[in-house]
Amino acid sequence: MKTINKETVLGLEISRGPNGVSVITLLQAIQEKYNYLPEKVLKRAAKEMDIPLIDLYSVATFYKSFSLVPRGKHEVVTCSGTACHVRGSEKVTEEITRTLGVDKDSTSKDGEYSLKCVNCVGACALAPLVIVDGQYHGHMTPLKVHRLFNYDQSGEKIVASGTDEKVNRS
Amino acid sequence: MKSLPSRIEIKKDFINFQEKSKKKHAQNNCYLAVCGDTGCSVWGSENIFDYLNKYLRQRNLSETVALKYTGCLGLCERGPLVIVYPQEIFYQQVKPEDLEEIVEKTVLQGEIIDRLLYEDPESGEKYTYARELPFYRKQLRTLLKNNWNIDPNSIENYIALDGYDALIKAVTEMTPADVVEEIKKSRLRGRGGAGFHTWVKWEECLNERGRKFIICNADEGDPGAFMDRSLLEGNPHSVLEGLIIGAYATGAREGIFYIRAEYPSAVEKVRLAIKRAEELGFLGENILGSGFDFHVYLSIGAGAFVCGETSALVASVDGRIGEPAQKPPHLVKYGYLGRPTVVNNVETLANIPVILRNGAEEYSQTGTEKSSGTKIFSLVGKVNNTGLVEVSLGITLRDIIFEIGGGIKGGKEFKAVQTGGPSGGCLPASSLDLPTDFEDLSAAGSMMGSGGMIVMDEETCMVDIARYFLNFLADESCGCCFTCREGISRMLQIVEDIACGRGSYEQLNLLKELAELVKDSTLCGLGQTSPNPVLSTIKFFEEEYRMHIEQKKCPAGVCRDLITFSIDDQRCKGCGLCLKNCPSGAVRGEKNRPHFIWHEKCDKCGICLSTCKSQAIIKQ
Repeated sequence: MKTINKETVLGLEISRGPNGVSVITLLQAIQEKYNYLPEKVLKRAAKEMDIPLIDLYSVATFYKSFSLVPRGKHEVVTCSGTACHVRGSEKVTEEITRTLGVDKDSTSKDGEYSLKCVNCVGACALAPLVIVDGQYHGHMTPLKVHRLFNYDQSGEKIVASGTDEKVNRS
Repeated sequence: MKSLPSRIEIKKDFINFQEKSKKKHAQNNCYLAVCGDTGCSVWGSENIFDYLNKYLRQRNLSETVALKYTGCLGLCERGPLVIVYPQEIFYQQVKPEDLEEIVEKTVLQGEIIDRLLYEDPESGEKYTYARELPFYRKQLRTLLKNNWNIDPNSIENYIALDGYDALIKAVTEMTPADVVEEIKKSRLRGRGGAGFHTWVKWEECLNERGRKFIICNADEGDPGAFMDRSLLEGNPHSVLEGLIIGAYATGAREGIFYIRAEYPSAVEKVRLAIKRAEELGFLGENILGSGFDFHVYLSIGAGAFVCGETSALVASVDGRIGEPAQKPPHLVKYGYLGRPTVVNNVETLANIPVILRNGAEEYSQTGTEKSSGTKIFSLVGKVNNTGLVEVSLGITLRDIIFEIGGGIKGGKEFKAVQTGGPSGGCLPASSLDLPTDFEDLSAAGSMMGSGGMIVMDEETCMVDIARYFLNFLADESCGCCFTCREGISRMLQIVEDIACGRGSYEQLNLLKELAELVKDSTLCGLGQTSPNPVLSTIKFFEEEYRMHIEQKKCPAGVCRDLITFSIDDQRCKGCGLCLKNCPSGAVRGEKNRPHFIWHEKCDKCGICLSTCKSQAIIKQ
């Protein structure tokens, strides 16, 4: 099929839209490779695509999914959609910031965890929701946060239990 | 996918292929449907599917008992869900250890396993068959109907259930103008929020010349809404078929699927659906020998609520920042790349094949006079049966929340229902008998929106809800218009003051004034409707605002500056559970003697309340 055209920028294969490669698709491809948008790579990309760097920068800072700083090894996403909110997501997020020592939308000092608050992941029936490295955990409570990250209740880290067990229904 | 033929060139080939698929489908009438939607997969449905697959193979039953990993079955609250066909026995909260029994007893011997049946939380009655459940009984599942029977990754499954019939009919028997006329007769209105008549856009676009585009808007940004995700994950071909028919009717030769990045599974399903449709010749050059060419591109969003607004979406597809543009010129005159562009919502497009297949007349018989057809709502919040419901438009809110939703969780009191996302409003108990149609909900101060329906009980604070939405909007405002950018932030400050007990009546008046101002002076639809959550909560729950201002009290016990936690020393047994669990070390006391809370240290997280077994924690 000829419909899916690809173009190579910075050695990355990028799908073309009706108007060639879009800046967003380009940035998504860069972020997928480097886990964030490194300044050097953005400069090279701007040169290769022959567009001003500011155009890349404005898009990178407008959209929530792009990060200009390296992200943590583990990505923790908390949903703060309406359904999650009325079921207490704010307290869950707060407990995560406390347990992991990471602020909202930033990365912990040891580079282990990034915490991102998104507005709705569309699994509202299971609110409140926390996603750790792509794995969804439903019906969260502040108490379950400790169990999820293998911390005991006083905040001491338990030696990794090695089980990926999902959080049980309350 | 071995049995797939190569590109289908003519109608006759399609009919042959469809007959074969139908026969195959009819033969496989004994099967297990495991819900594979994001909701159920959180409950572990993937393991269930893998285990069943292995077990059926082990027992040499793979040939006789088919297994399908389907889209959303609806009742997300009770996941993982498994439905046993052909009887349609409905099992909920299935665990891996139940699976052998399901195969041995139910599938092979037709015995019913009592403990896996759905039990009504109010009456305690048990239901065996899916169609008997109160949750499904009042629904009219048209778009979601096939979610139960098809594997979303299989185009053959879709075709066996009359899929792509409508496309064949359109390209071989109808002119583009005929298709527009049919949609006009059906009175279909856009399901994205504003309720604009679909045919108007299509007709205008058809009358334009040159290069044209059609875009499927799957940037479902309203928090609390997941209908579009479930449709795309459960039946992606139905949306794709709608898009192709839309392209035929409008004369667009290029289409774009714009999906938000937060839905990774939907993206994969759509990607595969496009690939399969291309292989079979439903996309590409000379579709089904009709001379009609159509190509579809996939565009993944990057996380911005404002991109749900059509002109912002078009900017985003082009790779620019998602700022809405001045209208007019409307997109059908000057859209993507300056060319005529039609943007339709996912659910709108999913309706198109249904209309063409059954005829506009039959379609327009459901719903109300002004709003025809069905609408999918995501029923969430403090309701017993959370999940995805599809009802005929015009059904009352009460029917949805109390009949289908099974009432409020924990026997609490209903307080409000929020519809329409950040553009909608909160409606009180007195509005429960309102019919759900575009006009009635708008007149009441809310709106239909895309279909999120968040139920709130007595423990939800309306000031907090207003604060939540303002916070959301302040964060998501693209910053283009001054009144939206600054106005919302200022409104947020005021509501925060009220929530902290620092508010005054002057501020409340200023809040109303600001809300009206923002409404009148912003460019895009999202900005203009952004004060709705504030205005509707003030309109229906002013008393609650007054309590916060005058008495410095939050009657729902949510606003943390206005509540305190303490321990009833009569009830406290000194078990130490709260002390052990308190993250801020605010609970003090000796073992086996009543504890107390040190207010200066207390963060009001409420963990003590949820851990206490003797109900000794008092929230005031």
